[in-house]
Amino acid sequence: MFDDFFIRALFAGIGVALVTGPLGCFVVWRRLSYFGDTLSHSALLGVTIAYTFQFNLAFSVFIISALIALILIQLQKKTNLPGDALLGLLAHSSLAVGLVVIGFLSFIRFDIMGLLFGDILAVTVDDLLIIWVGGAIILIVLKLIWKSLFASTVNYELAEAEGLNPDRAKAIFTILMAAVIAISIKMVGLLLITGMLIIPAAMARNVSTSPIQMVFYSIIGGLLSVILGLYSSLEFNTSSGPSIIAASLFLFILSLLRIKQTARLKN
Amino acid sequence: MRSNNNILVKLKNAGYQLNGKFLVEGVSLEVQKGKIVTLIGPNGSGKSTTAKIALGIYKKIDGKIEKYTDKVGYVPQKISIDWTLPIRVNDFMILTDSISNEQIEEALSLTGALHLKNKNLGNLSGGEFQRVLLARAISKKPELLVLDEPVQGVDFTGEIALYELIKKISEELNCGILLISHDLHTVMSATDHVVCLNGHVCCSGSPTDVAHNHEYKALFGEQASKTLTIYEHKHDHVHTNEGDIKKN
Repeated sequence: MFDDFFIRALFAGIGVALVTGPLGCFVVWRRLSYFGDTLSHSALLGVTIAYTFQFNLAFSVFIISALIALILIQLQKKTNLPGDALLGLLAHSSLAVGLVVIGFLSFIRFDIMGLLFGDILAVTVDDLLIIWVGGAIILIVLKLIWKSLFASTVNYELAEAEGLNPDRAKAIFTILMAAVIAISIKMVGLLLITGMLIIPAAMARNVSTSPIQMVFYSIIGGLLSVILGLYSSLEFNTSSGPSIIAASLFLFILSLLRIKQTARLKN
Repeated sequence: MRSNNNILVKLKNAGYQLNGKFLVEGVSLEVQKGKIVTLIGPNGSGKSTTAKIALGIYKKIDGKIEKYTDKVGYVPQKISIDWTLPIRVNDFMILTDSISNEQIEEALSLTGALHLKNKNLGNLSGGEFQRVLLARAISKKPELLVLDEPVQGVDFTGEIALYELIKKISEELNCGILLISHDLHTVMSATDHVVCLNGHVCCSGSPTDVAHNHEYKALFGEQASKTLTIYEHKHDHVHTNEGDIKKN
């Protein structure tokens, strides 16, 4: 069944969408989209390390992204620079260092476009395994920290006062972000992963009245984007990442019509 | 260590400083089961800070804190709900604890907020939101209830009713209550102990002797005086604008 590259890509995409749906909601609620960008840009460095030392790609990206997240937290504590400046500093410098290292690795043939924008031809059975096993672990951990993470998203002090340990939940969530980037890099490409997190969640925000509903619609939106995007990628021979993100943008625009409708109903 | 089994939280000479400046210092107080402790004091006197020390939100504190319960209900002074978050009153009620639908409805009807159950949290008025905050804090049947200006923005009759409710809760649940009053001179008559803060403890004592204050009765009527009372007190020192303490 997984002999066909398209079936592999489809299952990989579905696995990614199931995870980015709920995580994306937290990225929107906690205003972490630039944080996501920084982690995914730093993923290029992880990719070069994987190629140089023959490591597993997803594992290497996970380690580097988690490391960058740790460095960011330390810099936030120790410097007086604003958060967005630190995010920009880390995002661009890690991307730059990654590209410089690639320049030195002339003995390996790199598909830069594939790395940046995703490549459905590159998904192997091993990748599928990593996406589904890794994705399942991410979802289980998210379920475990859900109450604490959500309560502290609504109000940090309330969560702290009533014994939910929001700091631990935040640290675990940061690691989950690094993990989701690691498993989606082949599918969506490192420049567009944050789009996969934010756009379906933003679409879901437009049509939801409760947090659980938003998570549900965000997953549905992600799944539809993957299926639509991959079929059009096959049809028009375009990169998989941009096709998926364009499809999710299409869904977002449709959700805006719903807002207009409810606004009209209210008047 | 535990000398009195009824003690829920005890502060010993506690203080908290931000950027080298004390927000509050030298606070000693204890909240016991079934007792109500009220904090009063002017703006910026450290009432909320003291509450946050007692709750364990501030961890790097001066002095000591002993806490003997994990079942805490908290009504913060201000809370803003981000519009990016779609959340109804019903979702907010189960924020920190999984409670049954019956418990949610019971708590909401106690504070007169049952009709708001399916409303979006962002669309509530200030007074409605306070009722929901209080309902959420009591719904989990806590041992320690910390209420930071719980009736702000609530109309006067509603205020009396909510204070009546707080008194009832403390009796029914036998929980300890740390209450911050939004009014410098008004405390619940059910209060067991009043602490007046102004960066430190200015004075403290029992409010019973002023429970039947005639001026207050004349002003607000018989019914109000059963629930609320004026706490009259004199300080032996004044605070200058530079923040120094001057003895009278």
